[in-house]
Amino acid sequence: MSKNTDKAIVTVVGKDTVGIIAKTCTYLAEHKINILDISQTIVQGYFNMMMIADFSDVDQGFDKVQEELAQVGKDLGVDIKCQKAEIFEMMHRI
Amino acid sequence: MINVLEVNETNKMVEHENLDIRTITIGISLLDCMDSDLKKVNEKIYEKITTVAKNLVPVGQEIEREYGIPIVNKRISVTPIAIVGSSACKCPEDYVTIAHTLDRCAKELGVNFIGGYSAIVSKGMTKYDEMLIRSIPQALNETEFICSSVNVGSTKTGINMDAVRLMGQIVKETSEITADRDCIGAAKLVVLCNAPDDNPFMAGAFHGVSESDAVINVGISGPGVVKTALENVHGESFEVMCETIKKTAFKITRVGQLVAKKASEMLDIPFGIIDLSLAPTPAIGDSVADILCEMGLEYAGAPGTTAALALLNDQVKKGGIMASSSVGGLSGAFIPVSEDQGMIDAANAGMLTIEKLEAMTCVCSVGLDMIVIPGDTSAETISGIIADEAALGMINQKTTACRLIPAVGKKVGDTLEFGGLLGHAPIMPVNTAKCDEFVSRAGRIPAPIHSFKN
Repeated sequence: MSKNTDKAIVTVVGKDTVGIIAKTCTYLAEHKINILDISQTIVQGYFNMMMIADFSDVDQGFDKVQEELAQVGKDLGVDIKCQKAEIFEMMHRI
Repeated sequence: MINVLEVNETNKMVEHENLDIRTITIGISLLDCMDSDLKKVNEKIYEKITTVAKNLVPVGQEIEREYGIPIVNKRISVTPIAIVGSSACKCPEDYVTIAHTLDRCAKELGVNFIGGYSAIVSKGMTKYDEMLIRSIPQALNETEFICSSVNVGSTKTGINMDAVRLMGQIVKETSEITADRDCIGAAKLVVLCNAPDDNPFMAGAFHGVSESDAVINVGISGPGVVKTALENVHGESFEVMCETIKKTAFKITRVGQLVAKKASEMLDIPFGIIDLSLAPTPAIGDSVADILCEMGLEYAGAPGTTAALALLNDQVKKGGIMASSSVGGLSGAFIPVSEDQGMIDAANAGMLTIEKLEAMTCVCSVGLDMIVIPGDTSAETISGIIADEAALGMINQKTTACRLIPAVGKKVGDTLEFGGLLGHAPIMPVNTAKCDEFVSRAGRIPAPIHSFKN
């Protein structure tokens, strides 16, 4: 059972192109990060995706994942951020 | 579950509206560092601070990274040094050695400031308190990271006018001795009334004797977030405006609560309080004055400003108080002039005066903050301004403070440049009518009638 503190939010923002979801998800799968939820919209050609991911079995440090995901984003020409989910839950849930 | 709109809202606050945690401050008690041997006192202080706060900066950075929220300052506050050095210090220069030790700790740990080079003299001054106060100009001149504060009054004790008179001279001396660096010393010296024991914000932070051995206090920020939220309800009723501020303050404070909780867990130091403050910076869009303008004022300082600020301050507290398990410190909107671009603009336009700022300090935290005055202002006049501000605090049972910077060799129309978060400010005119005879009276102003609650 994963703890709340193991959840992270991955956001991808940028110009739409082929393979954004595929490459991001491949990376997550390689590092045993389970995706709990995905939502995605495209506004005026801009790709906007958010994933809720479970890091309870992740095989490397959180900072390393952040760094490498940012690099995956860079290669795709989009901005990928990974933050622990607590900050959003604290702010938007009583 | 969290949705994409909520995630975007949070990230927009950080990326475009300057949402940040202004400071994580570790309060450290130095009472166990007291000794009759000055060398030993210094050794014990260095040992204790560098041990307790060893991981403050790395932990702060880790939290920033994991949650994607900037933490602008990592700071330390300590027991008022006048007490800590009382057995060992025989002259003001002895106290300065402790200032050097604190400065060394700050450099070693990479923190932004250490507060607590302080004396609490609200009713009377011991000779040790006086020695510390007299050492302040030299201490601030010879150190880089030390902040100093002196509490000269409280609702319970009245105002120690001997200390007020002395502080007028000390503010002036501190400014003069650091004149070659835009009088920076005076920007790190604050004179308080009703100073709280758990304030995480500089320059008034110290770790009061009522506190435990070590504690984490967090100061939040976010004037830009409140301003943007108000832009969305432009022209709406007061009710709508107040609701908007409350909701926004709640959200901002929750982030502070999370950061405080995490820092407390990671450093294994108990959580103390969240200081619910709207703290501006000189950055564009990070201004409390801009919020007042968004409410419908042409400039901060226009008629209506005090009412607008009272409303803002109250709603921030109402929204924030439920978001945190423990609120303390100063908690309210800050109105420093040099650290707020909107205030600087208003002062430059001649729309904001010291007298108006004084009125504003009645309804918000903290006081006449980061105000640059002409260099030829007399020590007595500075004492008079300090006494006025202390009286506001004493009568209204709130914290008030004075951080005035006499700009040596400069006059109205010139500016001082401090750099960084301390910003820059135009020199504001001071009423030149004399108060010398009043402030030269010895003794203290007795406690007000409403302090007798027992």
